[in-house]
Amino acid sequence: MYAYDELDRTLINERVSEFRDQVKRRLSGELTEDEFKILRLQNGVYLQLHAYMFRVAIPYGTLSSKQLRRLAHVARRYDRGYGHFTTRQNIQFNWIKLAELPDALSDLAEVGIHAMQTSGNNMRNVTSDQWAGVAPGEIEDPRIWSELIRQHTTLHPEFSFLPRKFKIAITAAEHDRAAIKIHDIGLRLHKNGDGETGFEVLVGGGLGRTPFIAKTIKPFVPGRDILSYIEAILRVYNQYGRRDNIYKARIKILVHELGIEKFAKEVEEEWKAMGDVGLTLDHAAIEEVRSRFSYPAYEKLPHMPDELKQAAHDPLFERWRKNSVSAHKVQGYSIVTLSLKPVGGPPGDATAEQMDAVADLADKYSFGEIRVGHEQNLALPHVAKRDLPLLFKALDRLGLATPNVNLVTDIIACPGLDYCSLANARSIPIAQELTRRFANHDTADLIGRLHINISGCINACGHHHVGHIGILGVEKNGEEFYQITIGGRADENAQLGTLIGPAVPYAEVADVIEDIVEAYLALRDRPEELFVDTVKRLGVEPIRERVYATR
Amino acid sequence: MTSPLEQKKIRITGPSMVTANRTWDGAVVYRTAKQGWSTELSDSAIVTTSDEARALLAEATADDVGAVGPYIAPVELKDGGKVKPGNLREHIRAKGVTIDLQVPA
Repeated sequence: MYAYDELDRTLINERVSEFRDQVKRRLSGELTEDEFKILRLQNGVYLQLHAYMFRVAIPYGTLSSKQLRRLAHVARRYDRGYGHFTTRQNIQFNWIKLAELPDALSDLAEVGIHAMQTSGNNMRNVTSDQWAGVAPGEIEDPRIWSELIRQHTTLHPEFSFLPRKFKIAITAAEHDRAAIKIHDIGLRLHKNGDGETGFEVLVGGGLGRTPFIAKTIKPFVPGRDILSYIEAILRVYNQYGRRDNIYKARIKILVHELGIEKFAKEVEEEWKAMGDVGLTLDHAAIEEVRSRFSYPAYEKLPHMPDELKQAAHDPLFERWRKNSVSAHKVQGYSIVTLSLKPVGGPPGDATAEQMDAVADLADKYSFGEIRVGHEQNLALPHVAKRDLPLLFKALDRLGLATPNVNLVTDIIACPGLDYCSLANARSIPIAQELTRRFANHDTADLIGRLHINISGCINACGHHHVGHIGILGVEKNGEEFYQITIGGRADENAQLGTLIGPAVPYAEVADVIEDIVEAYLALRDRPEELFVDTVKRLGVEPIRERVYATR
Repeated sequence: MTSPLEQKKIRITGPSMVTANRTWDGAVVYRTAKQGWSTELSDSAIVTTSDEARALLAEATADDVGAVGPYIAPVELKDGGKVKPGNLREHIRAKGVTIDLQVPA
């Protein structure tokens, strides 16, 4: 966990007071909506179909049990009893009243949570691997660097009025769980030949109506220079980025138009021209932030405790363990993913009761810590293996032990037309129907790893471009239609999916997805070949032929 | 549904109303013939020409304190004068989400 200092607490509390005054002036008519909009967006407040939506930051996906309980409180006290975890380590509340928002923010501030950098054209919440600090083989905890960047960018005037929103993600593991290649800046922590820690810097990734995979502009930037290097990137973006056209304003467009070599050269020249601007991180500054992260006092535990051996006779436990429990860097401990994708449920939603219960379980089994991943699931990062059987029973009672992590029903979905004012089509009902179609866990196991991502409009909050199967809702003559892509992925081998055929109406989406999965099962050359690898090996055509032959 | 945020030209092809979100709580509201707002679609002022729609929208937009983001949306007029939302988006705004939630709405 990261412990906020007095400066952080003051900043958050001052922001609450400021926003309280702004809301008061808005409600009295002193501020018009045009004047107020930019202020509410700086505090995570959108206006959606039914109400205001309040997006709260969960920096680098780490929550304490106390913070999660407070989120449950906000859901219960100010909303309708549930929240929605997003694809960028935030939580959204869908029914907040503007008049009550300052109180909600104030309640959150008491536990060090805020909504800064969750909306608007600024540097957004820096995201990271939800397994940070516990994943085996990790170079080091990437949250230290996420926090250093957060501290530097929060309220930074140069980053507060950018041409468009700007997103950074950091990973320090071999397998990228933070989807860094679809971010404006992706940072991969690694060591150079001299054993020095630094970053591979990738720029220009992003989805939306013009999707791009980020490209490397510098293979190694020493950790101490990362703030100045990011600043150089932002300066080039601020200098050349388009402010006249919202659809061309993201840095990915600039990188595409300049070309990656030219962009990299501009950044390098800017970085050198900047000289020493006081942004070099000295050892003490890094260690100061590092020291504010606390880690559990792990016990010396056996690799295979008796409790685990006994529970192995329970097939339900074993199925869940194999699916949802992952290796931890410390012997005797595990990382447990809590699926927020129950069959028939809205992906990523959690009730206040579930949040409270998870907080209690975190206290009991995970040193009071919870993680939030961009796949819209939660994780308990420090669970002793001996506790897994009891934890499973508790999670099962809460509906949080669906053994579908990374399987076909572990669907990423945006709120879609059920909530979002930008959406053209619904996402959640499509996801719900698909989870019912593939509800049989044996079938899901047989299919293997398969990510379905659904977006209700081209803005791509559901990351459809990088789903193994991507589903995009569009509107045709007032009706909901869905374009389907296959072969996308968001990991270290990120790539965009390819359109498989004509858009299909709402009622046919689940049938088409079933046909795609059946085609894959028939075409894969062995059970271990994942869907995305079959598509890579064969291309789209053989699957297209099978799916669309009778349509 | 094309987002009304992209609504640029005002040209209606059938009965329409003006809708927005109430400022203090964000609730869905409809512009009434009495120059106020109501949470009931049945209370909405119905316009049938583009000029009427433009005038109703201008009047609604002027009430910046009462409601946010007014726009014109289609309605269906049923027998007996009952007013129904004219598209899926407005149906969802009027009736709520179309999904099964885990908690009572």
